[in-house]
Amino acid sequence: MKEIALVLLTIIIAPIIGGILTGIDRKITARMQNRFGPPILQPFYDLFKLFSKETIVVSSTQILYAFLFLVFNMVALVMFVLKMDLLLILFILAFAVTALILGAMSTNSPYSRIGAHRELICVLAYEPVLIAVIIGIYFVTGSFKINDVIKHNNFLIFELPFIFIAFTYVLTIKLRKSPFDLSTSHHAHQEIVKGITTEFAGPILGLIELGHWYELVLLLLFIGLFFAKNIIVAIIAMLLGYFLEILIDNISARLTWKIMLRLTWSIALGLALVNLIWVYIRYRVL
Amino acid sequence: MIFRKALKKSPWIVHYDCNSCNGCDIEILSTLTPVYDVERFGIINVGNPKHADILVVSGSVNHRNARVLKNIYDQMPHPKAVVAIGACACSGGIFKECYNTLGGVDTVIPVDVYVPGCAPRPEAIMEGILKAAEILEEKKKNMKKGEILNAAKS
Ligand code: SF4
Repeated sequence: MKEIALVLLTIIIAPIIGGILTGIDRKITARMQNRFGPPILQPFYDLFKLFSKETIVVSSTQILYAFLFLVFNMVALVMFVLKMDLLLILFILAFAVTALILGAMSTNSPYSRIGAHRELICVLAYEPVLIAVIIGIYFVTGSFKINDVIKHNNFLIFELPFIFIAFTYVLTIKLRKSPFDLSTSHHAHQEIVKGITTEFAGPILGLIELGHWYELVLLLLFIGLFFAKNIIVAIIAMLLGYFLEILIDNISARLTWKIMLRLTWSIALGLALVNLIWVYIRYRVL
Repeated sequence: MIFRKALKKSPWIVHYDCNSCNGCDIEILSTLTPVYDVERFGIINVGNPKHADILVVSGSVNHRNARVLKNIYDQMPHPKAVVAIGACACSGGIFKECYNTLGGVDTVIPVDVYVPGCAPRPEAIMEGILKAAEILEEKKKNMKKGEILNAAKS
């Protein structure tokens, strides 16, 4: 009974938090660019506007894929809140991205296809790092279950500092922020119009937006996992991590996918591997 | 209450430069710069007609670009609005009697807000876009009744 209440609460509260965080993001971005910026509730206005518009679909399977993207993100978040298996959460997140890619590929528009291809390359770049993060957590705590990870008697960040850096690094790709904002091209619509979301319009675009908010909350909770011993420290770390992402978004120019792949696989994966070897020797060999 | 204000508060625009002397187009682009900060009204410049609510057009329509203009308009989901920027877009302006010119934007698609001037100031353009955002609400109400206001004449 308690669990059902928790699930419902998560499904209702997560998009509210995600929307407000997005609004704060836009406000802070505006202040950094010396503008006044939109109201904090602006993402909600955008969302409700999208839902009140006419539905235009290019191919009817698109609706299903957009819906799947939302549902998979929701399921992943609910599993996190119920303290289930980290590995499974990662797989379900991968399913969500796959649904989005399939949705974009189900149309004939070249822009949406280029966006989908770039998103595939992004997945290729960040997925090994995310798996390394979870293996690192396993080496330290001896379990994939979030339940056991929280019970661990030390801050995970002290044992996995390099993995944490690698994780914040791939977070910019996962949140589609500026240096690696390749697939949606949020601020560069002269390049591939709107990338992966080109062919989504009206309420269907709204579904994807909602899915992004769930994803945002989930990824911030992942940051919190490294500080799970103390909940206040965890919340502060989550907010600081998000602020760092906004800062990076504003001070960096966009890169090409080749540079992204090279940088991610050399720096982020290298850092993660160094940390993995260190933790492995410390916990398994010694 | 957020529901009711949503359409008015987040007009996403797509702009198309028909056949202008570039004066109006430069003014539109300068409206979109951080100096005027249109994002505080929720206005976002999207490059994709499928995401847009308001079509901002400058310049007079001629035989070649009428088809393109109509195409962009048709791709936008309802409710949608059109703002004509400048004398040329309103009536044809100084190109009115030219042999290749059809006239203002309203010869091809229905126009909701006319912003006169040669070229209009960014403040006027901003006001025109916000007027169009209010018209969106009315169109939504009519959409519910089953009729679509200003269906494209073709
Ligand atoms: S109204 Fe004036 S500035 Fe605008 S396109 Fe026509 S001639 Fe150029």
